[in-house]
Amino acid sequence: MRTLTVISAGLGVPSTTRQVADQIASATSAAVSARGENLQIQVIELRELVNDLGRALTTGMSSPALDEAKELVSASDGLIVATPVFKASYSGLFKTFFDVLDRDALNGMPVIIAATAGTARHSLVLDYAIRPLLTYMRAFVVPTGVFAATDDFGSEEGSLLDARVNRAAAELADQMVASASVGGLGGVTSAGQATRRLTGVDPAENLVPFSQLLRGHDGM
Amino acid sequence: MQFGIFTIGDVTTDPTNGQTPTEHERIKATLAIARKAEEVGLDVFATGEHHNPPFVAPANPPVLLAHIAAQTEKLILSTATTLITTNDPVRLAEDYAYLQHLADGRVDLMMGRGNTGPVYPWFGQDIRQGIPLAIENYHLLRRLWREPVVNWQGQFRTPLQGFTATPAPLDDVPPFVWHGSIRSVQIAEQAAYYGDGFFHNNIFWNKEHTAKMVDIYRRRYEQYGHGQADQAIVGLGGQVFIGETEQAAKDFFRPYFDNAPVYGHGPSLEEFTDMTPLTVGTVEQVVDRTMEFVDWVGDYQRQLFLVDHAGLPLEVVLDQIEILGTQVVPELRRRMEARRPEHVPSNPPTHASLKENRNSPHFRVSPGESAEEAK
Repeated sequence: MRTLTVISAGLGVPSTTRQVADQIASATSAAVSARGENLQIQVIELRELVNDLGRALTTGMSSPALDEAKELVSASDGLIVATPVFKASYSGLFKTFFDVLDRDALNGMPVIIAATAGTARHSLVLDYAIRPLLTYMRAFVVPTGVFAATDDFGSEEGSLLDARVNRAAAELADQMVASASVGGLGGVTSAGQATRRLTGVDPAENLVPFSQLLRGHDGM
Repeated sequence: MQFGIFTIGDVTTDPTNGQTPTEHERIKATLAIARKAEEVGLDVFATGEHHNPPFVAPANPPVLLAHIAAQTEKLILSTATTLITTNDPVRLAEDYAYLQHLADGRVDLMMGRGNTGPVYPWFGQDIRQGIPLAIENYHLLRRLWREPVVNWQGQFRTPLQGFTATPAPLDDVPPFVWHGSIRSVQIAEQAAYYGDGFFHNNIFWNKEHTAKMVDIYRRRYEQYGHGQADQAIVGLGGQVFIGETEQAAKDFFRPYFDNAPVYGHGPSLEEFTDMTPLTVGTVEQVVDRTMEFVDWVGDYQRQLFLVDHAGLPLEVVLDQIEILGTQVVPELRRRMEARRPEHVPSNPPTHASLKENRNSPHFRVSPGESAEEAK
């Protein structure tokens, strides 16, 4: 069983951003099944965390709901992250969620990036804003991103959107099924070291024996 | 059980009248606050260390603490915190030992890394080395207080050849040390290894997080062979505002809370009270809430309250300390000692108790080492 988490920064109910993310999730589910594995899909709606995120910014304090989201994300085998385009970039809500994640929360995580906007003129936001953010987090962003403009829902272009969704889903499924060592928080084999993730929720995950901390620092 | 107050010396405008104390007034107020703490029977006064406005906690706490030592008889003088990362451990060894002599042993200190980014470069250090600096500098400090002649070569300071820190600690008893950390588990590990105290400032974190940090420290303390987990030496911070009624306390404190530089303009007073140990209410409410700390972290040894903050006028702060000392603390002492098991120490080690117990691991440089070799 593989776990896929959808992170949607859509604000409306229903939200176009969420709708696109769901479409990618279904395609990914089909692609993973085609590779002989089952997929469990979970969704984090960032709009439900907006107050928790605000408090985390001003006080540095997390909340039970935010902790739960952090744990879900880092324990996933793959992510779909989707944001509306606001003022030529991802929305502030979308960025804030990544701002409160641990630096090591997404190490080696296979990800599809997705964005929605009123016009196709914003389509490069995927590659100049969202991809660098995920790369900084050391996630593994698949080559195909999914951008949907309003036009895509009422034109022949729409069928091309389906094609992009399916290609991205296939790329993600390849990564999710291929990474045999993906055990979320567990992997401490040397091969898995690069993908070891920290949620920042449980301080014990950072524990290093003191002899190791003191090595080279005892003045001898 | 020791109770006391800790201060960061913030110079904050009183939001109810727009008045801001001068640095001079704030520094003198700190002295009055410390004297009041002794007068009403509190055990500890601890000061922060600061190098930037709007704070006038001393850059070198022994300057302030030596002055208070001369004006008090019983108060234990401590820090919250001493920056172990950006101070030269040689100066820490010498300045705090000197303070110990002046204060006749009424001194312990708490190590911290500092939470102001620029403070590292101001003192020629790199914040990315925060943990290694805390580890290396503290180990050197331990050696300077325990070895008559030190030869040292580390990564962060000039090597020492044939160096003797002067003066030696009073009665050759190094001061007891706490390690304060909000979120760095490595610091809890450090405290456990040496058998030192662990202090969680507790005031900007939810109780679940505080409980986890203390639990790790306690487990590692036991694994390093210093005693049972429940015998580890734990201190907590907390912040309270006490009134005749809950409503009166909230009405008075709310404008200060809402405008304070640290928590103002963020969560509401009610949210913050719910998430953190902040208690605004009656004596009974403060006592009940503080007793909950014991449920989260186990029976512990030191409780420090933050009371002089957010622009509260000096006379209000003194009144709060009076209520703490005369009404809150006596009841807390009674209830905490009533539930404390026989084998759990009531107090952290003091100069007097360590002086009588020369076999204590406190006198060894690396008391966690033997447990490690045994593994």
